[in-house]
This record gives sequence, C-alpha cells and structure tokens, in this order.
Amino acid sequence: MKIEVRNLSKQFGSVEAVTRVSFGVNEGELLGLLGPSGSGKTTVLRMIAGLEMPTAGDIIIDGVRVNDLPVQQRNIGFVFQHYALFKHLTVFHNVAFGLKIKQWKRQDIRQRVSDLLRLMSLEGLGDRYPHHLSGGQRQRVAIARALASRPSVLLLDEPFGAVDAKVRQELREWLIRLHDDLKVTSLFVTHDQEEAMEVSDRILVFSKGRLEQVGLPSEVYEDPATEFVARFIGSMNILEVVVKNGTARMGPLEFPAVGYPDGHRVRVGFRPYHVRVAEDPSMFRLRAKLRHVYFLGVAYRLEIETDEGLLLRSRMNKEEFRQYKFQEGAPVSYAITQFRILPEEGTHAPLPASSPLNRGPISP
Amino acid sequence: MRRFLITIVWLYFAVLLIGPVAYLCSEAVREGAATFGAEITKPEALHGFTLTAEITAIVLVVNLIVGTATAMVLARQQFRGKAILSGLIDLPFAVSPVIAGFMLILLFGPETILGTFFGTLDIKILFAFPAMVMATLFVTFPFVVRELTPVLQTVGTQGEEAARTLGAKEWQVFLLVTLPSVRWGLIYGATLTVARAIGEFGAVLVVAGNVLGLTQTATLHIYQSYVDFNYVGAYAVAATLLAVSFAILTLLEIAKARAVASIAQ
Repeated sequence: MKIEVRNLSKQFGSVEAVTRVSFGVNEGELLGLLGPSGSGKTTVLRMIAGLEMPTAGDIIIDGVRVNDLPVQQRNIGFVFQHYALFKHLTVFHNVAFGLKIKQWKRQDIRQRVSDLLRLMSLEGLGDRYPHHLSGGQRQRVAIARALASRPSVLLLDEPFGAVDAKVRQELREWLIRLHDDLKVTSLFVTHDQEEAMEVSDRILVFSKGRLEQVGLPSEVYEDPATEFVARFIGSMNILEVVVKNGTARMGPLEFPAVGYPDGHRVRVGFRPYHVRVAEDPSMFRLRAKLRHVYFLGVAYRLEIETDEGLLLRSRMNKEEFRQYKFQEGAPVSYAITQFRILPEEGTHAPLPASSPLNRGPISP
Repeated sequence: MRRFLITIVWLYFAVLLIGPVAYLCSEAVREGAATFGAEITKPEALHGFTLTAEITAIVLVVNLIVGTATAMVLARQQFRGKAILSGLIDLPFAVSPVIAGFMLILLFGPETILGTFFGTLDIKILFAFPAMVMATLFVTFPFVVRELTPVLQTVGTQGEEAARTLGAKEWQVFLLVTLPSVRWGLIYGATLTVARAIGEFGAVLVVAGNVLGLTQTATLHIYQSYVDFNYVGAYAVAATLLAVSFAILTLLEIAKARAVASIAQ
C-alpha cells in the first residue's frame, strides 16, 4: 500500500471539515477524490501533502507515519487549483525551483527541466514568463514543477478547474496518458463527476466531510452505496415508497422489496436509461404523458408525467428516438427495466453490490 | 464646457505648482551658476545634506524591515485587536509632525524615566541625532506598511505553499517567493518613505532644535537661510532638494505602474 489514511479528521474552529476518513491508495494508482464544494476532499488532499495538520488520525506514506513530517520533507508534488506559478520566474526557473532548493547540480537541473518541458509539450517556452502562457500551458508548467524532483506521490487540487471546457477535455486525456507513462501514484480532487469517472482508476466520493464510497468508476456508478452517491453521480430518478408484503408499491408501480418490514419507507432509485418509453400506449404496462423532450446531442432526455402525477426522466439514444414520433403532451407508455432500493440516509454501510434482494428488473 | 474645465485645471496647476517651481529655480540661479554652486557646497549646506541623507538612510532601512514584518503580520495573521492595530498605523498621517515632536520631548525629557535612564548613561537623545531619527521614523512609519499590506493580501499564500511543497524552508519561501512577488509594492513604499524623510521639517525642528552644524538638516538649513535673508542660499538648497524629489517622483511612478501590473498578471 502506497498511502494509507486512517480515521482522518480535521476541525476548523467549530466546523468539522473531515470526519473519520479512511482509505488506501495502491502504488501507481490514479485516484479521484470527488464531491461537491465543502465536502472535505481538498482538506484531505492538503492533509496528505502536509499543508494542513489533521486534528486526529494517521497518514502513512510508504509505510511511514508522516503526520509530524513538515510538508518540505514529505516528498510529494502538489498542483494547485490556480497554478500558483512563481510569476517573477520564467518557466525554466519555475520548474527548476525545487531542484535548486534540493541543491541539484546545475547540469542535472538543466537536463531534468528540459526533459520535463519536452514531456509536457512545453519545448521552447522555457524563457517565457507565466503571464505569457495560456491556461493549459500554465497548468502543464505547474505539473512539470511538481514532478521535477521525482516525488513519490502527485497531488492535484482541481487540476482543470480554471481552464475552459475544451482545454479541460484535452488536459484530462493528457493527464491519463501522462499517468500511463510515469505511473506515479496520483490523487486528484474534482467536483466534476464526469471528470472523475473518465480519469480515475478508482473514485472516492465525499459528502459533508465523510467518505461515502470508494470504488471503480463503474461500481460507484452502478452500485451507489448511499443515496448521496446515487444523486451525485449521474442522473437518477428517486421515489419514496412504502413497503407492504415485501413489495414497495406506489399506484401501479411495484418494486420487490423482500426483507423490509411492512410500513417501512424505502427510496427506490433508477437511472433515466432504465426508463423505457414508447408512443404506443399499449407497448408497456404503465401510462404517462410526455411532458418535454430535451435534445442532448448524443441522446434525448424525455420528461414524462405518470398518471399518478410523478415526474420521471428517461434517456433514449438517437436511433431509438427516431423510430418513434414523439409529441409533447401526447400519452405514452413506459416501463422501468432496472431499479435499486437505496440505502437509508445516515447509514454508511455499503449494500452488497448486486443482491437480488434489493435490485432487479421489473417485467413490463 | 470640457475646454473650460481643462483650462481651469491647467490654471490651478500653473498657479499652485508650476509657477512656484519655475520661480524657485530661476531665483536659485539668479546670481549665476557660480553662486548657486557656492551656496550648495557651503559647509553648513553640505552638513545639512549629509545629515538629511544619514537620517533618511537609517529610517529607510528600519522601515523596510519593521514595515515588512508589520505588513506580513497584518496581511497573514488573524488576532484579537488587529483592527485597532491597523487603525493605529495611520496615526502619523493624522497627527501633525509638530505634535509628534512634542510627544518625543515629553517621552525623553530630563524629568521622565526614559530621559533619566539615558541621562545616566550619558546618551543624548533629545536635540541630537537619535531624536531626529525617531521623529522621522514616526512620520514615515505608515508608508511601507500601508503599501505592502494590500499587495501581500492580493498575492495570497498559494505561491508560498507551492514553494514549501517543493522543499523550500521558511526563510527560502520569504526570500525567493514572498519578497520578489511584492517587490514593486515594497519599492513604492520605500520611495514614499524617502520622499517624506527628506522633506520632514516640523517634527525634526521640535526635537532637534536647529543647531547650526549639529542638528541642522537640509530643510532646516533652507529655513535658517531664509530667516537670515540669504535668499539665494535658501533657493539653491531648495532647488537641489526639489530635483531630488522630482527624481523620486519619477521612480515612484515607475514603481506604481509595475506594482499594478504585477498584481494584474
């Protein structure tokens, strides 16, 4: 295990920013720390770096407890959200900064910096000052600077937060390639779930200072451990339904809920692409009215209002959408092909991934 | 209307600034360049220039160090009473220099504890060099602090944190990152300090007593020459100081532009 975080907590005055967070990071992994702003993800990253002191808990890097090691001695590379480049220094001297501090030989510094500039596609920009660079170039200088003295861990705080959407996409792909090449253990913070899914080997989902779930992007997406994760990652329809005789029933909607006592209120979640809609009112068992159609570029989002007055979102790919002649306001039929009963608010024990008890298809 | 306003502004400048400066310069050389040269190289005049330069140099060094430290505390630390301290820094702007001088006299007078203490050590504070430095320090203290504090706040701490993650120790962070990133603000504050120190008159007059060849700074020398009806002498020294001030003003404008630009980047 490269990094181990045990029961990490951080208190800022009377505010608990991080509450008993534990996780491990494998050598060479690219880990995404995901959560809304104020969820404690950046504080966790800063504590690992040594920029923030934990109130309680342990941080272990390479088998050594580093809680009492100052940031200078932790051998980490940190990339700040707004680059934090030294404006009074050229690109070359920005990247060389740490190497000079560590008293590398002149020749070695020159070699290392020019290697890094080539790796980051920044050749020929060594003599420029940061304010003459584009956002993407600045970010790459910041990463080069952080990597210069071969840190054992690379920490990135919202690395693509300050660049526009197109550059953001390029930088993501570029970071994945860079990580494939260098294999340096990396943790990055983001509030963008798509970014986290695309870039990370594994995702840590944070909410209100707590770690909600750790898992592969597909696990976090397919098997959200908590309602928060379900809501935060991807879009999900969520209904609150009362259980009776092992079935959660809401009008004509029935969800098997074996093992839950009668009268219990459960939350049933299903992804929009698990809601199938047809213009033929007899195609599926359930009836609704098509409220609105949204064009998303790669697909369509349909908003339907069921006969019981529930608003549900459905997602349909272009090919399927074109088979129909949907009209807003017209009656439609629909089916829910897959659902899951979400863990209750406040419980943090992840449910068994695909237990037939609480997950399964409903026949149309 | 626009033309009228511009004319008014020019007239105001002409009467208040350009006229007096031009007149002063012409009066200074009225009896020829030789007289001008003789006046500003008279022993008393030279002594005045030297004394002013010495006081200015010491005040500048002290303000750079203490002012930077104070600005760092005000910009970076949160503590009880910060607002009061921050308000007190502007006190020298609000208090007349003459009053500042009197406060020093009261503090170091022969009957006071401090006065007695230095008296027994046979160290002369009042009517001597130390009091002149202190008086000038008092009136110039706000400049570096006031210029540097907002610059430090704007620059923020991320660059410093970045330096730490790259292995820099605290003194390296300060010298290699903090100081360079606020250097133009610091130079601006220093320039204002120098300008004010050279021009100081009231506070120094009160604490130093204008003793010829001993505690007579350049500005006191101008005053003395004028009172003694040596107009050419007064004008010559004044014109010299004016030239220095003009040079400082130019530097000030450059520093200001750079400071603004370095923040904007």
